[in-house]
Amino acid sequence: MNSANGHFVILDGVTKRFDELTVLQGIDLTVDLHQVVCLIGSSGSGKSTLLRCVNLLEVVDEGTIVVDGETITNGDADVNALRRKIGIVFQAFNLFPHMTVMQNITLAPRKARGFSKEEAHSLARELLGRIGLLDKADEYPDRLSGGQQQRVAIARALAMNPTLMLLDEITSALDPQLVSEVLSLVRELANTGMTMIIATHEMSFAREVADKVCFLDGGVILEEGTPEQIFSAPTEERTREFLARIIEAGRL
Amino acid sequence: MGKFLHAFFSPLGFRHAVPQVWDGFQTNIKLMVIAEILVLFFALGFAIVRGLPGRATWPLRVLAVAYTDFFRGTPLILVAYVWGLGIPAIHAGIISNQSLFTYGVISLTLVYTAYVTEVYRAGIESVHPSQRMAARSLGLTYAQTLRYVVLPQAIRRVVPPLLNDFIGLQKDTAIITVIGVTEALAQAGFYSSDYFLYVGYTVAAVFFVILTIPFARFTDRLIKQRELRERAQLV
Repeated sequence: MNSANGHFVILDGVTKRFDELTVLQGIDLTVDLHQVVCLIGSSGSGKSTLLRCVNLLEVVDEGTIVVDGETITNGDADVNALRRKIGIVFQAFNLFPHMTVMQNITLAPRKARGFSKEEAHSLARELLGRIGLLDKADEYPDRLSGGQQQRVAIARALAMNPTLMLLDEITSALDPQLVSEVLSLVRELANTGMTMIIATHEMSFAREVADKVCFLDGGVILEEGTPEQIFSAPTEERTREFLARIIEAGRL
Repeated sequence: MGKFLHAFFSPLGFRHAVPQVWDGFQTNIKLMVIAEILVLFFALGFAIVRGLPGRATWPLRVLAVAYTDFFRGTPLILVAYVWGLGIPAIHAGIISNQSLFTYGVISLTLVYTAYVTEVYRAGIESVHPSQRMAARSLGLTYAQTLRYVVLPQAIRRVVPPLLNDFIGLQKDTAIITVIGVTEALAQAGFYSSDYFLYVGYTVAAVFFVILTIPFARFTDRLIKQRELRERAQLV
């Protein structure tokens, strides 16, 4: 299951450019199985891009990424097989608007995992029960609240039974009163041992669930450590500035 | 004024012209239905080809672009002449031995496929890239993403412009008369030269209009139903 040196995800010198702009600059990061890693930093620091590189939604320009012992950046990785074991949830939910909640969740299990309709439906019902939205199975996404939509998006990703979940600022598009219902679902995932990389602006949440926190600034991981180290005793000036601004905004 | 009414709206002439023009109009309907089915099918194919990713597929993309550019720019009447008059004249075996009706269908299909390809393409491009990203991130292949996520959304968005093109196609079936297919316009012409009345043209016009109206209303209803089902209720 694990690669030789014990890490489930290894990023080594990952660099990503969009034309002239370098978004990620030599990122080194390891994530162990059952670990929750939170990426913090201001918008544009490269958090989302980093997540997208891990499931090859973005192609890295330099460096290597190893997932579950397999190098995925050498060009001949089976992209679809890789993505089946990595779930990603986006800031904007990205549910399929022409499908019901049930269809949203069952599409990938049926088409990519080869589940029968019955198998996929019973799996979806189980997941919907877990997120408390069983009664919304036949609704279309536009009829749900933002928080409900995001929970469905999480269920949709979980339906592929992923070993790793990537959460890309999943509460940033939500009204404040809807944030907690989504976060408590993520907390529950963390408690069940799901390996996760979470890009977030919710500092108190990061402090609570993370095993490791990385502060990204200008495309590099400026500082990483336990939540205690990063939030209570940051060593870098930029980290202190960032956290001061967050506290000012009342988000810690 | 009396002359005008007599020539175009003579009640007696009307009664005579209706069966004769209807006889021809059935050919228009057949041309239309067959061409529309072929157009829907081929245009989707061309639109998908134009959107293919990767460097290896560029010759296909270039062919698709060349096709749409050429047939969108060529008048239907010219295409019809080439197929209906030119092709049979060159005695090129099986391709020259088809019925005029078949050449009519080919001409309509060639020209309208080019238009409808563009309509489909606009629809496909209107689906936000994040939808593809979400589908691919679930492990669906490019083809599955297209089939289950992109195309269903694209197609429902282009139903109104698609309908517009089909109304155009319906009317343009009359152009096929120039190669000698006996359709409504041809029958109207026969009628007018037999009786020196132009009622036949009025009847043909009414037929064409009658055909398009229910089509348009049907599509309106379809769009409305979907909206009601999928959109949030206004509180």
